[in-house]
Amino acid sequence: MTAEWPLWEIFIRGQHGMSHRHMGSLHAPDAETAIRNARDVYTRRNEGVSIWVVEAAAITASSPSAKGPMFDPSESKVYRHPSFYDIPDDVGAM
Amino acid sequence: MYAQMVKSTGKGVILREEMSPEERAFQDRIDAGEKIEPKDWMPAGYRKTLIRQIGQHAHSEIVGQLPEGNWITRAPTLERKAILLAKVQDEAGHGLYLYCAAETLGISRDEMTEMLLDGRMKYSSIFNYPTLTWADMGAVGWLVDGAAIMNQVPLQRTSFGPYARAMIRICKEESFHQRQGFDIMMTMARGTDAQRAMAQDALNRFWYPSLMMFGPSDKDSVHSAQSMAWRIKMNTNDELRQKFVDQTVPQAEYLGLTVPDDSLSWNEDKGGYDFAEPDWDEFFEVISGNGPCNADRLAARTKAWDDGAWVREGLLAHAEKKRARERAAQ
Repeated sequence: MTAEWPLWEIFIRGQHGMSHRHMGSLHAPDAETAIRNARDVYTRRNEGVSIWVVEAAAITASSPSAKGPMFDPSESKVYRHPSFYDIPDDVGAM
Repeated sequence: MYAQMVKSTGKGVILREEMSPEERAFQDRIDAGEKIEPKDWMPAGYRKTLIRQIGQHAHSEIVGQLPEGNWITRAPTLERKAILLAKVQDEAGHGLYLYCAAETLGISRDEMTEMLLDGRMKYSSIFNYPTLTWADMGAVGWLVDGAAIMNQVPLQRTSFGPYARAMIRICKEESFHQRQGFDIMMTMARGTDAQRAMAQDALNRFWYPSLMMFGPSDKDSVHSAQSMAWRIKMNTNDELRQKFVDQTVPQAEYLGLTVPDDSLSWNEDKGGYDFAEPDWDEFFEVISGNGPCNADRLAARTKAWDDGAWVREGLLAHAEKKRARERAAQ
C-alpha cells in the first residue's frame, strides 16, 4: 500500500457575506487539488463563493478534557448579555 | 438500510452496574442527547461498531454508483442524462462524507477500501441486483433512495457528531434522488402500454429487495439493542420497514402500478399495512456473496482501485517534487 494523500479541512464562504464555515474534509495530494476537489464535493449546489483549504495536520485543537476549565467560567457571567439589564419600556428601543 | 446487520459487541446492552466510571459518564452524555466528538473518550465497542456501520454505509454509496452508472450512456434524453450524472456524482460525494466521518475514528480510507475489496467489510444487499431497463432508474430512485431516507433522517440525530453532520448533508441531497426517481416512474406510468409494463416490471423486481434493505427483524438482536442504547441506531428494522411500506403503497396507487404482494391489506387497528416478508433466504445468499451481481460489483471496484493506483502515486510524487522545488527556491 502506498502512502495516502493527506487530509484537508475545507472552509467555504456562502453567498451572503458570511465568514468561511467548516464544511468537511477530503484527501488531496496538494492544496491546489484540494481546492478543485472541494469545489466538486462541497459546492455542487451553489453553496459557495470562496474556498479555503487547510491541511488537517496543521490544525491545533483545544483538548476535550480541558472543556470544563476552558468554557465553564463564562457560564456564570450573565451580565455579558444585553438581556441581563432591565430597561424600562418608557426609555424606548435600546 | 445502507448498513445492514451491523454487529455490535454481541453481548447485549451493558448494565449500568457493570459499567466503569468512564462508561457510565459516556452513557449519561448520550442519554442527555449530547454529541460525542472524535477526540472524546469512548468505549472500544462504540468505536468499532461505528467504524463498521459508517464504513458499510460509505461502501454502499460508492458501490451504489455502479447500477446507475450503467444507464448514464443510455439515458433517453439529454436532460435525463444530466440528471442521472448529477445523482451518481452525489453518491460519490456521500461516500466521501462518510469515509471522512469514519476516518475520525482512527481508520484510514485506504484500509476501509481494502477491507471492502477483500470481503471483510460489506455494502448493502440492494446493489447486487441488476438494473435491466430504464424504468429501473425510476424504481431505484423512488424505492431504494426512499428506503435509505427512512433510515437516514433519524440518523441525523445520532450520537456521533461527524456521522450526524454527514447525514444532515446527505439527507438534503437524497430528497432530490427520490423525487427524480418518482418523476421517471410517473412519466413511464403515463406513457405507452409498453412503458407502463416496463415500470410495473421494475416495481416487481425491486419491491422485495427494497424491503430487504432494512435487514431481518431485529427485535431480539443483542447487536441492535446495544446500538440503540448508544444512539447509533435509532429505530428497529421492523419499524422502518413498516413506515416505508405505509408511505410507498399510496404512491404506487397514484402511479396506477400494483405492488407485487397479494397479501397486502390495510390494517385499521395498527394504522398500517399488513404485507408479506421478503424471502430472507435470498437475502442471506446475497449478503454472503451469491447475489446476481456480487462478483461484477466487486470486480468493478477492484479494477477501479488497481487502475487508479498510478494516478494516486503520480499525483503524490508530483506534489512532493513541487514542495521540494519551493523549498529549494526559498
